[in-house]
Amino acid sequence: MGVGWQRIFGGFLVLLLLALFLPLPGVGQGKLRAAFVYVGPVGDAGWTYAHDQGRRCAEKQVKGVETTYVENVSEADAERVIVDLARRGYKVIFTTSYGYMDATIAAARQFPNTIFEHASGFKRAKNVGTYFGRIEQARYLTGLVAGKMTKTHLIGYVAAHPIPEVVRGINSFTLGVRAVNPKAKVHVVWTNTWYDPGTEREAAESLLNLGADVLAQHQDSPAAVQAASKRGKYAIGYHSDMSKFGGRNHLTAAVWNWCPLYVYILEHVRAGTWKSEDLWWGMERGVVDIAPFSPLVPASVRQLVEARRKAIVQGKFDFFAGPIKDQEGRVRIPQGSRLSDEQQLSMDWFVEGVVGQIPKK
Amino acid sequence: MEWLSETSVLRTLGDVEMEIAALLIPVLTAAVRAGTPVLYATLGEIFAERSGVLNLGVEGMMLVGALMAFVVTHMTGIPWLGVLAALLAGGLVSLIHGLLSITLRANQVVSGLALTIFGTGLSGFLGKRYIGVPAESFRPFPLPVLNDLPVLGPVLFRQDILVYLTYLLIPLASWVLYRTRWGLYIRAVGEHPEAADAMGVNVEGVRYACVTLGGMLAGLGGAYLSTAYTAMWIENMTAGRGWIAVALVIFATWDPLRAMGGAYLFGGVNALQLHVQAMGSALPTYLLLMTPYLFTIVVLILATRETARKRLGAPAALSIPYTRSG
Repeated sequence: MGVGWQRIFGGFLVLLLLALFLPLPGVGQGKLRAAFVYVGPVGDAGWTYAHDQGRRCAEKQVKGVETTYVENVSEADAERVIVDLARRGYKVIFTTSYGYMDATIAAARQFPNTIFEHASGFKRAKNVGTYFGRIEQARYLTGLVAGKMTKTHLIGYVAAHPIPEVVRGINSFTLGVRAVNPKAKVHVVWTNTWYDPGTEREAAESLLNLGADVLAQHQDSPAAVQAASKRGKYAIGYHSDMSKFGGRNHLTAAVWNWCPLYVYILEHVRAGTWKSEDLWWGMERGVVDIAPFSPLVPASVRQLVEARRKAIVQGKFDFFAGPIKDQEGRVRIPQGSRLSDEQQLSMDWFVEGVVGQIPKK
Repeated sequence: MEWLSETSVLRTLGDVEMEIAALLIPVLTAAVRAGTPVLYATLGEIFAERSGVLNLGVEGMMLVGALMAFVVTHMTGIPWLGVLAALLAGGLVSLIHGLLSITLRANQVVSGLALTIFGTGLSGFLGKRYIGVPAESFRPFPLPVLNDLPVLGPVLFRQDILVYLTYLLIPLASWVLYRTRWGLYIRAVGEHPEAADAMGVNVEGVRYACVTLGGMLAGLGGAYLSTAYTAMWIENMTAGRGWIAVALVIFATWDPLRAMGGAYLFGGVNALQLHVQAMGSALPTYLLLMTPYLFTIVVLILATRETARKRLGAPAALSIPYTRSG
């Protein structure tokens, strides 16, 4: 029967199409093989893109290392992908999203001889290390720029999800803003998505409609930067230099450089000296920094930011030192103490000067 | 004293009114803007489904359209050529679904899903070089006279040309579907292909035409994203809008005019909650954000009953491959 044959052939074509485009890592031999698991596409120009730049750079710098990656891995699918990579014999597996935390720990139990490195989490094991960067330092510096450049004293912040990492970013940015401009307010809008250029743009528009003249963002696409610039307002990028999308209106950006961390970890694995650590590096080791200034940023502002940057790198200045007040004006961190790393990792309150809410769980 | 407190109550009421007025225009403007890419894709899917072909590949077709539009605009500097490329690319990619589900009679759900995975992968792979590259884009083009109308002016007539195009396309589609011989053929093929066949209508031909038109319009929706709405190319930039379009077809009960309402509602609800947040107030937004989907579920439930199904306009032969018997 012709129909039966056609159905089988049709089904075969469908399978062929599927097989062509499902994510599958390649396999090599004789080298230290490292795999990276990404939550987004490597072409997102944001979080995943920055990790992939780090991967490529580390592969060049550490001899005898071969890397692969699997992109667009949802949190629900993470354990299957991680276990699959371990089974294929990858010696080191980097899992680069907070949501992979439990999946990483579960996979590590099944493969005690494989090394796992989880970005931005706090659960470790004998064969699971964690790593992250203090992007807050760069956020604070960009806050100084925003505070100096705003004329309406209203700054917008397009934010993804209300988790401590994002809250911490908003707070450090606001501390920077208020350090140079106590009148300014930072209005926060949650998009509830890491990655949706359309919604990110609309969130930006809502802040611009309100009168914001500088926008910062914690998203994985440059849509907010583009939206601000199109309306002749300033923007501050995140992840990487987004000046291509904002031109001169892109004042600067808080940027990631994962390469030093990946080089450090891979070299220790290769030398056999790897141990489970909690690596939380900052500007002093080049993991985070700010992008070059727009020509619109005046020399006086540049000098101020450069001086603070130097002080942070040298460990002489800590913007998380008290007194720090919350939104209601209560002193949360008294004079003489500082916001500890644990407090930073679980931060669920806004500092004074932030306008917006953290949804209750 | 009581008199004083009363005026202060009045004043706050006045403030609330002012705030609502200040919200209304930007939110409605955003609703139209954000609804447009989804509207194109929804309109395309309405035609495909009206002819009896369910195409779950909308997301993939939109992405291919978005990439092609961006690439051609980047190379030529002319967004209109980008739109043309997106129409072509969307139409071509949809032919895969046509071949699989119409000629080879493969399962339409599986074939459509395969098309989405294919389109996502293909656009991601071919688009690597175009990430972070600038290109020309459609700009807002206020229509003379009309844009001075109160409320309607800023909301409807200070958009870009691709938005205006939908104002013409939707009534045109409605007219074609309900008032022309072509529309009759399409609906006949989707309702009762045997009867249409007996009438001498080329069932496969009509279905191919509708699926291709659907692909072209999905491609155009993608082009709107990459050349007007968020003028850039990044992978997966549709972020699920193709799936929203598939849901909106049901929401709109396969009707172009209602699709317009549905698309704007979808865009407007999102814009409203963002604006409310920006002003610093808390609003339980989750329920609000769910409304389009809740309504879709209601329609889906109603559509399981035969009598309700007929009244809603669900094509009876939807997702059933046609084989001429005898």
